[in-house]
Amino acid sequence: MDFSFFVIQALSGLASASALFVIASGLTIVFGVTRIVNFAHGSFYMLGAYMAVTIVPWLLEFDRSPTLFFVGVLASAMVVGVLGVIMEVVLLRRIYRVPELFQLLATFGVVLIVQDVVLKIWGPVDITGPRAPGMRHGVEILGQRFPAYELFLIFVGPAVLGALLLIMHKTRFGVLIRAATQDREMVGALGVNQAMLFTGTLFLGAFLAGLGGALQIPRLPANTGMDLSIITEAFVVTVIGGMGSVPGAFIAALIIKMLEAFGILIFPKITLVLVFLLMAVVLVVKPWGLMGKPEVASGRAVLPEGILNLKGFSRNETVVWVVLTLALLLVPILGDTYKVKVGIEIMVFALAAFSLNLLIGNGGIVSFGHAAYFGVGAYAAGLLVTGPLKAPMELALVAAPLAGGLAAALFGYFIVRLHGIYLAMLTLAFAQITYAIFFQWVEVTGGDNGVVGVWPSRWAATREVYFYVVAVLALTSIVALRHLFYTPFGYTLRAARDSANRADAIGIDVKTHRWLAFIVAGAAAGLAGGLYSFSKGSIDPTMISIAMSIDFLMMILTGGIQTVMGPLVGTAVFHSVKDFFMPLTDFWRFFLGVSIIAIVLIFPKGVVGALEGLRERMGRRAPSPTTPPAVARETA
Amino acid sequence: MTKLDLSRRTVVGGLAATGVAMTAGTGSAQGAPVKVGELNSYSRMAAFAVPYRNGMQLAVEQINAAGGLAGLGGRPLEIIYRDDGATPGDAVRVAEELVTRENVTFIAGAFLSNVGLALADFANQKKVLYLATEPLTDALTMGSGNPFTFRVRPGTYMQTKMLVDAAKSKGVKRWAVVAPNYEYGQSAVAAFKRLMGAAVPGFEVVAEQFPALGRVDAGATVGALAQSRPDGIFNVLFGADLTAFVREGNTRGLFERRTVVSLLTGEPEYLLPLGDETPDGWIVTGYPPEQVDTHGHQAFVTAYKAKFNDTPRLGSVLGYVVPFMIRDMFNKSRSTDTAAMMEAFKGLTTQTVCGPVTMRAIDQQSTLGAWVGETTLKGKLPTMKNFRYVDGADVMFPEAEVRAARRT
Repeated sequence: MDFSFFVIQALSGLASASALFVIASGLTIVFGVTRIVNFAHGSFYMLGAYMAVTIVPWLLEFDRSPTLFFVGVLASAMVVGVLGVIMEVVLLRRIYRVPELFQLLATFGVVLIVQDVVLKIWGPVDITGPRAPGMRHGVEILGQRFPAYELFLIFVGPAVLGALLLIMHKTRFGVLIRAATQDREMVGALGVNQAMLFTGTLFLGAFLAGLGGALQIPRLPANTGMDLSIITEAFVVTVIGGMGSVPGAFIAALIIKMLEAFGILIFPKITLVLVFLLMAVVLVVKPWGLMGKPEVASGRAVLPEGILNLKGFSRNETVVWVVLTLALLLVPILGDTYKVKVGIEIMVFALAAFSLNLLIGNGGIVSFGHAAYFGVGAYAAGLLVTGPLKAPMELALVAAPLAGGLAAALFGYFIVRLHGIYLAMLTLAFAQITYAIFFQWVEVTGGDNGVVGVWPSRWAATREVYFYVVAVLALTSIVALRHLFYTPFGYTLRAARDSANRADAIGIDVKTHRWLAFIVAGAAAGLAGGLYSFSKGSIDPTMISIAMSIDFLMMILTGGIQTVMGPLVGTAVFHSVKDFFMPLTDFWRFFLGVSIIAIVLIFPKGVVGALEGLRERMGRRAPSPTTPPAVARETA
Repeated sequence: MTKLDLSRRTVVGGLAATGVAMTAGTGSAQGAPVKVGELNSYSRMAAFAVPYRNGMQLAVEQINAAGGLAGLGGRPLEIIYRDDGATPGDAVRVAEELVTRENVTFIAGAFLSNVGLALADFANQKKVLYLATEPLTDALTMGSGNPFTFRVRPGTYMQTKMLVDAAKSKGVKRWAVVAPNYEYGQSAVAAFKRLMGAAVPGFEVVAEQFPALGRVDAGATVGALAQSRPDGIFNVLFGADLTAFVREGNTRGLFERRTVVSLLTGEPEYLLPLGDETPDGWIVTGYPPEQVDTHGHQAFVTAYKAKFNDTPRLGSVLGYVVPFMIRDMFNKSRSTDTAAMMEAFKGLTTQTVCGPVTMRAIDQQSTLGAWVGETTLKGKLPTMKNFRYVDGADVMFPEAEVRAARRT
């Protein structure tokens, strides 16, 4: 490798790092202050690019000057900043009091809406923006040509870093941002106007995302895939750097892009997985990221976001669930084949979601990568049936939960050592690594094409019989999992969730219990994956994708993570909504997004959470004359 | 089920049609429509799928105005469009809905290869005919091919072979390849190596780059390719990745004095966004709508422009061709029975705006071709020059290979 090439490649890496940092810095600031995992950050990035390819060419009509180009870029970023403010005022402000995960759900709703709005306004065709005037050319460096615009980009990152540090240290707004990042409750207690602070932060965050997008237009066409292509990378940068740390994000962006620039020379396919490998390594070694600090709140006893009061079924509830189950079991007899199909999917997803809620609602272990275990189960089953073994379905369905549990045991060992958002991001990293393995290992897994021919054994080949196979396996698994919530093991998990320190002090081995929960949940998800693969007839990496993991999250959040049975209802609601809108319109993502946001705003505790709240209020207002309210609630 | 009903009508229709079958074309279609279920990624892959649907709508309109499906007693053709969610899981569910609720006679469509393969397997399992219109993967007609699945668009191997045939005479030996890291990219590169290696003695690949789809780091990739000092570059990137790659490569001089061969780049979907940065003289497969003047093509272009106020894309012409193939199939099968439809498709030749297209029986791949030429700028409009239409029949997999691959 000659020296000039080395320099040029390093410069390429620096330019990309700089661009990535601008975007990630906004994300990290927003997270630091609001604790919101803002999925919509990628959408702001995309909007920045679309604004820029609209505004900048219009400005350049007047005069092709570099100044006007950058005026256009800044104007685009400002517009996006204002959109960020609108999102904060209209949506986020209403839901700061709901569990943090719900805010994530809401921002994901925004992502879906923006995708379709962009499609509607700008159309599906990529829009190539103008190059920056005066920077079209290449600059000769050591005998090689390097784009002038990228040289310029190299300086943008440090400039933004400098500006942010100035704001952080020299302005009141910045001081408040730092204070809130450190201890949000304390800032509120000191009488700071939090609403203004949050609005300002969202503006800054969205502005930076928009700036990042607008600066890309000489390099990338504005396109409808930008949001999702950047968001995971931006998350990885903020996590590696330490959530809330701007300098950390800068260093992380540098490391990632430099590794990428040189890594592709040795491993040409490395971009698929590099960032997630790096994140996994960093988090295992440094649980708070490179420059992050343990959250102040992590040691504090806060009201947990999961199941609080564990209640058994009241007589009425038992009746309702028995009736529902019976109604479900009648579907193959009364409904058409399509209903049977949808019924199978709902049961499969319900099992996966229920197992996820064992982790989230019951254990406080927020997993963003539950699809990994679902997918591993699906692949284990699918490959056993189609591979050289040609195993029967029955064996495959035994192998699926084993494989899911095994994967969960392996990853969970590292995962349960972390906390909060870092833990969540490590689950995501492992899920993506799993995805990359199945994606890349073409000889065995068929790569992204997947493997087809995964159909049930002959006796279960008809849709109706397979429905009952799924019903028996999924429902018994759900009942068994539900039982776990009520066992000492379930109580121990909740104790560990509510206060790890106190649980530890009374002699509970917190890590081992959480690890066991992770394995159980992984196995259940693996079984769900196995059942799913036989209902679809094929396996492919979309079953392990982030989108799948997010779907599972959506399901349990829709139902409510504070309830035991919520995830089941959530799954049915989420799946039905999607199934309702998809055949109706091309813009089904828009309606799905709106539905999600509506659910968050109307039922901030999920559908079942809201029902329970309603029942409690009713119970209080009109106590039954024969039983005192207290007793009623105890048995409820 | 309605199937019985259909076949009864078919008999009547068939009898009626015998007299007028080929003279049909007067008066508009009548009777209950014959439904075909079409699923595609209208939302996720709108740039390709929406022009495709436009093309279909135009063709269906014309077919029904000209008397509908003569073979089925002049019944009109109706295509029911559904979003496939861009994942195999969603697609299979939607296909089920089309078959059981809408009672479609067969299913068609899909853009993504994994969706296409899942649908093909679904078709095989449920004994439903599947007309794969867009997916490119070779597996669809080869290793994973099945009797129920027919494919229209020339697959990865066919398109790569067209390019190799056009480029091999240049005698370039040192090649660098860049492709998106997924099945389509990997297969294209594999086919390129195999075909070029056989055609050019001393052929070698000196650098390979496989950036993740939609996330190309153009600067680093261009740097890595330039470093290997190739004499030729084979590119499989498309969409936003392609635009980023071209810009970066233009500025850094990657393409200067090098032969560049690029898959699909001549398709308006991917060529138009390049704008004034369109490189000159890349050898590409694609479609120059305004310049094709054979087989009444300009009449199609005019009608399309009039209806949608937009120039047709490759998706449009593909979408326009498909309903005519479906019409001719029904005219031959005279039935909506799956076995009859499958039999009718085999060896069926349709006169299309691209020329005659035959559904080869052995691998159920159509001979629809593509235009091979060089990229250029006409004024400000990126387009192709020195192009010719390559009939798919000339670039298909050899029959022996098909037999070996499909015998499982």
